[in-house]
Amino acid sequence: MNVVVVVEHDRGALSSASLEALAAARPLGAVLAVTIGAGADLLIGQLAAHGASTVHQVHHDLLADYGPEAWGEAVAQLVTLLAPDAVIATGTDRGNEVIAHVAAILDQPMVANCTAIEPAADGGPWKLIRVRWGGSLLERCELTAATPLLTVAHHAFEGSPSPVEATVVEFVPELDASLARSMVIDRVERAAGVTLGTAPVVVGGGRGVGSPEAFAPLEDLAALLGGVVGCSRAVTNNGWRNHTDQVGQTGTRIAPDLYFACGISGAIQHWVGAMASKKILAINTDPDANMVTKADYAVIGDLHKVVPAIAAEIRRRRTSTSVLVT
Amino acid sequence: MRVLVCVKRVPAPGARINITADGQAVDTAFLGFTMSPHEECAVEAAVQLVEQHGGAATVLTLGPAEADEQLRYAASLGVAEAVLLPIDGPDWDPQRTASAIGEAIAAIEAADGAFDVILFGNESADSGGFQVGIRVARALGRPIVNGIKGIEIVGDGTSLRARRDAESGMEVYELPLPVVLGVKEGINLPRYPTLKGRLASKKVAVALMPPTAVAGGQQMVTLWQPTEQASATVILGTGPEAAPAVVDLLEELGILK
Ligand SMILES: Cc1cc2nc3c(=O)[nH]c(=O)nc-3n(C[C@H](O)[C@H](O)[C@H](O)COP(=O)(O)OP(=O)(O)OC[C@H]3O[C@@H](n4cnc5c(N)ncnc54)[C@H](O)[C@@H]3O)c2cc1C
Ligand SMILES: Nc1ncnc2c1ncn2[C@@H]1O[C@H](COP(=O)(O)O)[C@@H](O)[C@H]1O
Repeated sequence: MNVVVVVEHDRGALSSASLEALAAARPLGAVLAVTIGAGADLLIGQLAAHGASTVHQVHHDLLADYGPEAWGEAVAQLVTLLAPDAVIATGTDRGNEVIAHVAAILDQPMVANCTAIEPAADGGPWKLIRVRWGGSLLERCELTAATPLLTVAHHAFEGSPSPVEATVVEFVPELDASLARSMVIDRVERAAGVTLGTAPVVVGGGRGVGSPEAFAPLEDLAALLGGVVGCSRAVTNNGWRNHTDQVGQTGTRIAPDLYFACGISGAIQHWVGAMASKKILAINTDPDANMVTKADYAVIGDLHKVVPAIAAEIRRRRTSTSVLVT
Repeated sequence: MRVLVCVKRVPAPGARINITADGQAVDTAFLGFTMSPHEECAVEAAVQLVEQHGGAATVLTLGPAEADEQLRYAASLGVAEAVLLPIDGPDWDPQRTASAIGEAIAAIEAADGAFDVILFGNESADSGGFQVGIRVARALGRPIVNGIKGIEIVGDGTSLRARRDAESGMEVYELPLPVVLGVKEGINLPRYPTLKGRLASKKVAVALMPPTAVAGGQQMVTLWQPTEQASATVILGTGPEAAPAVVDLLEELGILK
């Protein structure tokens, strides 16, 4: 069996999700990796180390930067040429977007965010497990397709080295000049620093915080611990904080060492964005709140009193240790 | 400017999502219904586009008769026209949904003129197939970019500047109209309906366009909840007196050095 893996990269930098897609493809058969744009040519070594026996390098002027229509068209043409048994991509914004274009062009079904993949036996359907509700629910589904087009859910497969020798093949698609219409024309680079998605500590506030001003003690605690503030959708919906701080299904997935969930009830759509945290500490007046019963640790009480008390205790211990040291 | 926004009626679960005994659907016996936050933002974006550039917005859904509720919610916010593609029984697969929506849009445009902007959510809240908008745009031969968190009409109304988040920052696109976009929550802060809006929405005539598309290749077999490790929560204390226990924990976890 030949499986095409569409490699995700940002101007030549491989995404970790791509390694997961390669890991998902390897047990199925020979892995044909596809890199799009000359900027990705240097990825051969990394791809071979993760089991790609062939690397198809797709080259065209219109592929110099990302453009969903052009990427989709290029992959669709290559898939038509190679006629693989399946195509797998990353279940990321880009991966899902490119495969959806391929599916639309080839008029094939597409199954997004799979966590398990079982190829067809005796001409039957492919058997798949995929996530729904951003990961709160699992679905078993069957796929009947000339070319199964799949993306894999984040963290469902573990990227690990499995070195092979890779053959490199160039492919130049025929792309209409009009596809330039949906290419990236400009970028605003992100300022360096801790982001919600990568912070080691997140201090999250929900409706229980009560107002934008009342987030100040949460900011203070986050700053003391080198972390950042997050929030629930109730907070962004009230206009108390920017959506960039929202944790959850339609916000950011966080994975800190510790998540403080203050005045957050723990709705499933919030939980699904927070559940990858190593430890969760809930601070809530309601001992029966879902966040409290699911957390590793909890303090029952008014966050407006508990959060400042924690910050004060940290300061107290820091001064007393520095007194000891001097 | 003519703007169309497509939304999907979904249940609004709270602490957990319960499944019916046959594993075929979410148990909605005790649930209200809503649309994806991405789609709420797409509705707001449609209303804002019309406020800024004139014209009218239309909302469209494929779903059960009860999806009238989501159409009227959009109408209460300022969307002038509503279209229901009524279906019975379980959800349609994404291919089938997209072809039905594409056909309906083509029919509406043939009668009333083309939409300058068509908005979808980035993904539906429940099935999250990440594809219906892209399939529809391709069928209509129009450009589409997903994940949009900012839009601005430029070039005397001939094109649109769209921004989206990427790992390294914001990507900027400039797309000619007519255009299709997949919108993400955060693009705006959706307004709440006014009493006047609610009353007006009751009078909106919902156009019915029964769809005929055939099933695609993806078939749902069963749904279930991922197993969660049952964790006994350690209660560190009550009120501010718990602070020393919390800070002990921070030290134990190596968070406070
Ligand atoms: C499709 C869909 C997607 C969604 N996506 C997201 C998402 O990405 N992120 C998200 O967060 N939500 C999301 N939601 C919304 C979600 O369902 C909840 O409505 C939301 O998370 C509730 O926010 P909350 O916990 O802050 O508010 P509430 O549910 O109102 O909870 C407030 C909590 O604060 C506690 N409290 C009150 N006062 C105090 C006090 N003084 N001290 C301590 N505790 C106090 C209360 O006991 C309660 O537990 C989504 C919903 C849908 C339908
Ligand atoms: N049944 C439906 N009716 C109207 N719009 C839909 C429907 N299903 C999906 N959509 C639209 O397509 C987007 C992407 O859906 P999906 O491909 O299911 O993730 C959604 O956010 C909606 O805007």
